[in-house]
Amino acid sequence: MPDFNFIDQVNTLSEQTIELCYHCHKCTAGCPVVDQMEYGPDRILRMVQFGEKEKLLKSDDIWVCVGCETCGARCPNEINASRVLGALREIAYLENAAIAEPGAVKFHRIFLSLVQRTGRMHEVSLLALHKLWTLNLFSDLPAGARLFMMGKVPLMPSIIKRRSEVKRIFDATDPKKKQVSHGD
Amino acid sequence: MSRIGVFICHCGINIAGTVDVTAVVEQVRKHPDVVFAADYKYMCSDPGQELIKKTIAEYQLDGVVVAACSPAMHETTFRRAVASAGVNSFRCECANIREQVSWVHQDHKEEATIKAVAISRSIIEKVSRNETLEPITAAVTHRALVIGGGIAGMQAALDVANAGFPVILVERQPQLGGKMAQLSGTYLNFIAAPGMLLKIIHKVNTHPNIQVLTNAEVKNVEGYVGNFQVRVDVKNLDQNPASAEQEAIQTPSMVEFTFEVGALIVATGWERYSQALLPEYGGGEIPDVIDGLAFEQMLADGGRRIRRPSDGKVPNEVVFVQCAGSRDPERGVPYCSKVCCMYVAKQAMMYKERVPGGQPYIFYIDIRSAGKGYDEYVQRAMTDCHAIYLRGKVSKIFRDGGKVIVWGADTLSGRSLEIAADLVVLATPMTPDPGAVDLGQRLHASTDANGFFTEAHVKLRPVETLTAGIFLAGAAQGPKDIPETVAQASAAAAKTLQLFSHEKMTVSPLVATVTAELCAGCGACVLACPYGARSIHPLWNIATVNASLCQGCGACVVACPNKASQVHNWRPDQIMAMLDEVL
Repeated sequence: MPDFNFIDQVNTLSEQTIELCYHCHKCTAGCPVVDQMEYGPDRILRMVQFGEKEKLLKSDDIWVCVGCETCGARCPNEINASRVLGALREIAYLENAAIAEPGAVKFHRIFLSLVQRTGRMHEVSLLALHKLWTLNLFSDLPAGARLFMMGKVPLMPSIIKRRSEVKRIFDATDPKKKQVSHGD
Repeated sequence: MSRIGVFICHCGINIAGTVDVTAVVEQVRKHPDVVFAADYKYMCSDPGQELIKKTIAEYQLDGVVVAACSPAMHETTFRRAVASAGVNSFRCECANIREQVSWVHQDHKEEATIKAVAISRSIIEKVSRNETLEPITAAVTHRALVIGGGIAGMQAALDVANAGFPVILVERQPQLGGKMAQLSGTYLNFIAAPGMLLKIIHKVNTHPNIQVLTNAEVKNVEGYVGNFQVRVDVKNLDQNPASAEQEAIQTPSMVEFTFEVGALIVATGWERYSQALLPEYGGGEIPDVIDGLAFEQMLADGGRRIRRPSDGKVPNEVVFVQCAGSRDPERGVPYCSKVCCMYVAKQAMMYKERVPGGQPYIFYIDIRSAGKGYDEYVQRAMTDCHAIYLRGKVSKIFRDGGKVIVWGADTLSGRSLEIAADLVVLATPMTPDPGAVDLGQRLHASTDANGFFTEAHVKLRPVETLTAGIFLAGAAQGPKDIPETVAQASAAAAKTLQLFSHEKMTVSPLVATVTAELCAGCGACVLACPYGARSIHPLWNIATVNASLCQGCGACVVACPNKASQVHNWRPDQIMAMLDEVL
C-alpha cells in the first residue's frame, strides 16, 4: 500500500493536488532541462503518487529543475510540477537525505546569505564565495572577464535601505525555523 | 391516348447552360401523346408550379412530365402541384436531365441535348401508361407492447402511458426492476439505486394505462406496423389481462394471451459475462475473484456485506480489473462495455467510504469517462479516496495462501507490479440477453455479431429497427448506462407516439400486385421478399401481398417465373416502352 503520508506532505508543501495528474506527459514534453533528468517531471509525479520517498529524495532530478514553471503553466490540471520538485528539495534538505547535487545546495546557501546580508544579489561576491567553497577556481573565467569589461559586474555590492524588512522575510520563511507540516 | 404536358426546366444555367432546352421542347412536342411542351427558368418556383396548374386547366392535361432535376429533389413538389389542379399525382413524373445529363456531360452539349430528349420521351412513355393510384390507408392499433421490465422498458411504458395510450409491459422475471434492482448505488449522485427504482416501479404498477405481466414471455409476433398480433405466455395464473383480444388458452402452469398492438418496444437489457470465460483471471475458480455486479451486492446495506467470499474477512486491499473480457477480440468480446470505467470509480469510492482503511487499486487500459460530469467524478475517486489508478491490463491472477496475487503493469512508470490483494473485482462486459437472437428472429428485427439488436441507421435512426413499428430501448441495443438508457427509452416512446398520433397510416400505393390467373403459388416471391410482405394464401394457393409491409423494391417481380408479380406503375410494358425510347 503506498505511503499516503508522503503524497499528503508533498501536496501541502507544494500547494498542489498531485492525484489529479492525467500523466499526459505535457509537462515533460515542454521541460527545457528534461535532457539532464533521469525521470522527468511526469515520472516524478508518478513516484510521489506511489509514495517512493527515498528514491525521490536521492534523485538528481529535483536539483536539476531550474524552476521556470513551464510545466505548471501548461498542465491541464493546474499542477505546478516545478513547485512539487521544490517541495521535494525542501524535504531532502530538512531530513538530511543523501543529496545528489551538494554543489547546488551550496550555491543556494551562498545566494541566500548574500541576499540576507545586503538585500540584493552581488555577482562578484557570489562567484568568489562559490569558487572558494567548491574549490573550482578557474571555470568560466573568460566569460566573467568579458562581463567585467562591459561593466556588467560591479565590484562593490549595493545595499538596500530597510534591511530589517529582508530579515523579517527570512525569519518567516526559514525552513529550519518554520514548522513544516507533514500532513496526515 | 393521353394528354400529356411536358415542362423543361432551365434550372438557371444548371441545365440550360449545357442542354439546348428549346430543342428539347421541339423534339418532345413531336410525341403523339404530348399536347403541350414549354421551357421555363425555374419549374420548382411558385410561377413554375403555377404554369403547370394553368396549363392543366387550359389543355385538359391528364399527365405531366417535368424534365428537371432528380425526382429525389422535387417529385413531391410537382406531384402536389399537379394534384391541386385535379390530376392524379401518380400521373406526374420527373425526367432527370440535370444530375443524369447536364451535370455529367458539360463538355458534350450536342450529345447532352440528344440524351435529354431520349430521357424525357421515355418518361412520357411511362406517364402515358401510369395508372391513377390512391395512397393506401391502414388502421393503427393504439396500444403498445414493451418487452422487458427494467429501467428501459419501464421508462418507455410510462412515457407512452402518460400520453394516454394503453401499454402492455411484459417481464420474464417475477418482478420488475431488471438489472438496476441489483445495483447498490449510481454514479454521479450516489443516491441508492433501489430507492430511485422503487418509485418508478410503483408508478408503473399503479398506472391505469399500463398492464404489467410478470413471469411472461413473448412467444410469437405476427403482423406489421400498426397491426401486430403478439402471443404472450404467462406463467402466473393470477394475472388476467383485460386487454387480451383472444380468449386465453390455459394449461395448468401457463396462460397464453394474444394482444393486438400497434408498436413494440424491445427493452430486453443485458446479461452478465460468464467469469468462466476468464481463466487467466481465476474467474469462476478463485472465490475471492468476483464480478462488478457481485460487488454491487456487497456494497448494499451500508457495507455490512463487504466480506471476502472465502473466509468472510473484510478485504483491505481490493484490485479492480477494467476491460476484463471486453476490448479483447481474441479471448472475449471486441467492444467497449462503456459503463465500467464509471462504475468502478463509483465502487472504489463506495468501498473506501465503507472501509476507510481499505485501499482500492484500479487497473485500466484507458479511462473512458465521456459524459457530463463523468471525468470530474473519476478525478474525485483519485483525489478524495486515493484510489490508485494503474495503467495496464492485468496478465494473471492466482491464489497464494489467503491472498489473491495480481500480476500487472504500470505503463506510466514502465514497471511490472505484483499486488497481494484480498479481493479482486473483474469489470466484465455487458453482454446481450441470451434470448435476444431468438427473439430478434421472432420479431424480424436483426441482431449484430455480438447479439445486440441492430438499429435502423447507426447515426440517424438509433432507436428504430429495420422493421417498421419495432423500436429499441436500453442495453438491448448496446452497452449503455442509466441516463443513456432512459433517454433512448423516451425516444422509443416518442417514435411510438408519432405512430399513434394518426388514426390511420398512409402507405405509398407503389407496391407489388399479383395477377391471380398467372400465379402458380410456387412461393419464389415469398423467399425473395426482404420485408416479409409476401405469403401464399392458405385457401387459394396464390401469392398475396401485404401492402403495409411492401416497399415496392421489385425483388418479387424478378423472382416470379410466370411474371405474375408486378409493381404498380413499374409494369413490364412500361419499362419496355421506356427502353424503346432510349435505345
